[in-house]
Amino acid sequence: MSTPGAHGLDAHLVVDRGTFRLDLRLQVAPGETVALLGPNGAGKTTALRALAGLEDLSEGHIALDGVVLDGVVPDSAVPDGALPDRPRGGARWVPPEHRRIGVVFQDYLLFPHLNAVENIAFGPRRRGLGRAEARALAAEWLDRVGLGDFGKRRPGQLSGGQAQRVALARALATDPALLLLDEPLAALDARTRLDTRVELHRHLAGLAGPAVLVTHDPVDALMLADRLVVVEDGRAVQEGDGESVTARPRTDYIARLVGLNLYRGTASGRTVRLASGEVLATAEALEGDSFAAFPPSAVALFRTEPDGSPRNTWRAVVAGVHRHGDHLRVQLDGPIRATADVTPAAAAQLGLEPGQEVWAAVKAAEIRAYPA
Amino acid sequence: MPAKRNRQRRRVPAALLVPAAAGLAFLILPLAGLLARAPWTELPARLAEPAMLDALRLSLVTASLATALSLLFGVPIAWLLARGDFPGRSLLRALVTVPLVLPPVVGGVALLLVFGRSGIVGTWLHERFDVTIPFSTTAVVLAMTFVSMPFLVVSVEGALRGADVRFEEAAATLGAGRWTVFTHVTLPMIAPGVLAGAVLCWARALGEFGATITFAGNFPGRTQTMPLAVYLALQSDLEAAIVLSLILLAVSVAVLASLRERWTAVA
Repeated sequence: MSTPGAHGLDAHLVVDRGTFRLDLRLQVAPGETVALLGPNGAGKTTALRALAGLEDLSEGHIALDGVVLDGVVPDSAVPDGALPDRPRGGARWVPPEHRRIGVVFQDYLLFPHLNAVENIAFGPRRRGLGRAEARALAAEWLDRVGLGDFGKRRPGQLSGGQAQRVALARALATDPALLLLDEPLAALDARTRLDTRVELHRHLAGLAGPAVLVTHDPVDALMLADRLVVVEDGRAVQEGDGESVTARPRTDYIARLVGLNLYRGTASGRTVRLASGEVLATAEALEGDSFAAFPPSAVALFRTEPDGSPRNTWRAVVAGVHRHGDHLRVQLDGPIRATADVTPAAAAQLGLEPGQEVWAAVKAAEIRAYPA
Repeated sequence: MPAKRNRQRRRVPAALLVPAAAGLAFLILPLAGLLARAPWTELPARLAEPAMLDALRLSLVTASLATALSLLFGVPIAWLLARGDFPGRSLLRALVTVPLVLPPVVGGVALLLVFGRSGIVGTWLHERFDVTIPFSTTAVVLAMTFVSMPFLVVSVEGALRGADVRFEEAAATLGAGRWTVFTHVTLPMIAPGVLAGAVLCWARALGEFGATITFAGNFPGRTQTMPLAVYLALQSDLEAAIVLSLILLAVSVAVLASLRERWTAVA
C-alpha cells in the first residue's frame, strides 16, 4: 500500500499505569479497518482513548497522515506550525479537538439536551460551518443512516439501534481523518445487532481514511474489519486477517473464541511433543516450537481403547457435559485437556457423565500444526 | 389471623409517634396561627400601601441582583472546586461554605470591616472613586450575595460532580475547545442543578436579615427589605407585620413547590 506513517495511521501506544501497561504498535492504511479484539481489561479502550487524545501516552507516538499528534516530532516529518501544538519538552501533543478523529463511543454519549440533528450538527459547527449549513449537513447524514424522520427526537426517544446510527453519523459528519469505534454494537440486542452490523459494514467500506474498531466479539471483528489485532494484557499477541487468525490461533483466548483445542509444543517431523510430555501425531511435518490445534468435532470418544489407523488416543476423564447447538460438548480432563463434540445418540450410547473414564481419539489428519 | 398480627407488628412505636406528632405540631402551628390572624379582608388595601410596596420591590430587586452575582461568580467557583486540580482545593471548599454556617450578623460585621470607610477595600473605594458602600442598596446586595452564594456553589458543584465527564470528552473529539465544551455541553447538562441552586440562593437572599441590618442598616426605600420591614412593623403595627410575613411565606412555599417539581422531573 503506502509507506507506513506517510498515509493512514502509524502509532506506538504506550500507557503505563503501574499495575497495567499498554504497549501496542498499530499501523492502519487509508480505507482499512482494523479490529482490536481482546477480552475485557486488555487495554483496547485505553488504546482508543490514547488515539483520540483523551489519554496521555507515557511513551511512543501517534502519527496520522504523516502528522505527529503525540510524541516526538522527527525533523523531516512536519513543517513548522502545521498544526496548533503544545510542545512538551520537545514533544508535540495535539489536543483532541484539533485531531480530526471521529469517535463512536460504546454507549454513544449523544448529548441528552440536543436532538438528533443538533447532535450531528455539533461537530460541523465546531469545525466552522454556519448554523444553517451544519443543520443541512446533519440532516443529510441522518438520511444517509436511514433516520431522516427522526431529526427532532432527543437521544432518550431513540431506540438503541437508532442511537448507534446517530452516533455514527455524528462522528462521520466531521469528515474525520481517522474513525474510532469502541464496542459499537455491544449495547444492542441480538436482532438489532445483526441489522446494525450490516449497515456499519457498509459505512466502513465506504470510508476513505483508516478506521480502528474495538470489540470483544469475534463475529463483529471478523465481519467489520479487514485485519484483526488480538490484544491481551496490553500487548498484541496475534495479528492478521480473519481467516489466518481463526485458523491458526496463537493464544487460548482466541482458540476459545473460535472454538478450537489449542496446544503448544515442540515439533519434530510429523509429531508435536507437548509440554505435558504427550505426543500428538499431525498431518504436516514441522520442526521446532509449534502450535497444534483441532476442532472439538474432530475428537471421537470410546469406552475402550480403539485400535488401528493413524490416530492419537489417550485416556481422559469427563469433566462436564453441556448442550451446544444440536450436539453435546464434553469437557475432557487428563494428560491432554480438550473439548469434544458428540451427538446426543453417541453420548447416550457411551452413557457420558462427569467423572467417567473414556478414550479420546483424534486423527492425525485433523490436527493442524503451525510454527509458534 | 396472620394478616392482623402483621399489621400490629408494623405499627409505629409510641415512643417515636408521640415526639413526631408534637414536633410536627410545633412546625405547623405557627404557620397556621399566622394564617388565622391574617387580616384577609383588608389584605388588598394593605398590600397597596407605598411602604409595603417599597419593601417588596427592594427585596425582589436586591435578591435577584444577589442571585445574578452569585451565578456570575459562583458557577466558576463550583467548576473550580469540582474539576480543578490544585493543592488546597478542599481548604478552598471549606472556606467557600463558611457563610453557610456563620451567623449572618458576623458576616455583616466582617463586610463592614472590609467595605466600611476605614476598611481595606472601603478606604480605597472612597479615596479613588468617592464610593461609600455601607448603608446603601449596594450593601444590601453584597450582604445577600455573601450569605447566599454558598448555596449556589454547593448545588452547582454537586451537579458538576454528578455530570458524566465523558460527554465533555465526546464534545472534544467533535472539535469543541474547553470553553465551548463548558457553554455547549456542561452547562446545559447541569442546568437543573444550576436552576435549583439559583432558586435556593434567591430564597436565602430574600430572607436575609442579620448581615443586611448590620452592613446596610434599615433605611426605608433604600435598605429596608421585607424581613427588616417585618421586624420594624412588629413594634408598631402588628397587622402590617403579619401581611409582610404572609408574602414571605407565600414566596417560600412557591420556591419549595418549584424545586420539588424540578427535582422530581430530574429524577
